[in-house]
Amino acid sequence: MTSTESSGNNTARPTPSAPESTSASVPRFSRAERMIHRTTAILMTVCILTAAVLYNGSIAVPVGHRHLIELIHVYCGFALPIPMLLGILSFAYRADLRRLGRFTPADRRWLRTRTRRDGTITVGKFNAGQKLNASLASGSILVLLGTGVLMYFVKLAPLPWRSGATFVHDWFSLALGLLVVGHVIFALKDPEARRGMRTGSVSRAWARTEHAGWLHDLESAAATESAAEVPEK
Amino acid sequence: MQNALAQVIGPVADHDPTGLLSLIPLGDTFRYYSVTGSVREETADNYRLSVSGLVDHPATYSISDLKALPQTSLIQDFQCVTGWHVPGVHWAGVQLSVLLEKAAPAKQARAVRFTSFDGTYTESLTLAEARRPDVMVALEMLGAPVTHDHGGPVRMYAGSMYGYKSTKWLSGIELAETETPGYWETRGYDIDGIIRE
Repeated sequence: MTSTESSGNNTARPTPSAPESTSASVPRFSRAERMIHRTTAILMTVCILTAAVLYNGSIAVPVGHRHLIELIHVYCGFALPIPMLLGILSFAYRADLRRLGRFTPADRRWLRTRTRRDGTITVGKFNAGQKLNASLASGSILVLLGTGVLMYFVKLAPLPWRSGATFVHDWFSLALGLLVVGHVIFALKDPEARRGMRTGSVSRAWARTEHAGWLHDLESAAATESAAEVPEK
Repeated sequence: MQNALAQVIGPVADHDPTGLLSLIPLGDTFRYYSVTGSVREETADNYRLSVSGLVDHPATYSISDLKALPQTSLIQDFQCVTGWHVPGVHWAGVQLSVLLEKAAPAKQARAVRFTSFDGTYTESLTLAEARRPDVMVALEMLGAPVTHDHGGPVRMYAGSMYGYKSTKWLSGIELAETETPGYWETRGYDIDGIIRE
């Protein structure tokens, strides 16, 4: 880290690299963020399952109960943005939103190259794919919410609007469904990423491989902190 | 754009060996609504349609009775109130006005109520609406007998009205003095389902 590291035999003084040797995990997601993720995941799953019933005749007829399924779908859909909106109250969530919304030239290079996982391009807390997923998913949710309102409250708008809303809702739901499937596949392939979302922390080694830029920022922040604790000479 | 997409995807879906394309929404296709649990399948042999209420001649029709009456057919859109529609659907069956004529409604009859053998669904039309030429007791749609999923063996088709006015799995037609709000109408839709836009 810094040049003080070389004075290894001085055990009385904490060195800036102390956090690295003391803890194998680093905090990634706050409790609030994990709760937001969990509730959004549940609502999204219910929306997808009920959508499958509403859209697909071979499921819709045996299941029946159209009005009930529709109500569940509509109210879970209305509720879907609420955890994310409440997240605005959380400092950690707001900080991560800022990170997710910031596309850098390095992100564009990351998306274009095939060797994006080899570490040549330094990745921050979120890689460009995660940023893209966040933008597309939140954008699609808003479109689905707007068109869903038009379809559900049939007196709001004239018929051509409702036809248009149905068309847009159909295709956006398909796109968002594929996005969710992709998200789940990536999560299934990476147990440590799942641990991060389940427990809140990830191993330092994983962070170094997948999000080196973020780990570096964390370590420098920790270094500054512990350096500040060093008594003045 | 919607039409262009439907034109491209329709033929592809028709020739899709996996059938996966039919699982996803592709514009101008039917979505199958059932408001109860599973609806019992009614065979053409056992099916009966009753015409009752404020009439001089109540009657019960089997499918062959219905087929013996003058048949009519037309090509008309199916439009759902939520927005989806299927253009140019072929419908065939008996005009409702023919059955009403035979039943001879009493003077005070002003409305026609429909019941479904799903046990739950209800609908009604004014007597004037029920006598329109595009309101029929449908025995065929899309060029074949009405399938179970489409509300067969016999369903209503109320043309120029939203789909919820066309009762599926039709079992009874009852003349009455007034319309009663039907299944979807007690859940927010207008009793007047005529498409005006």
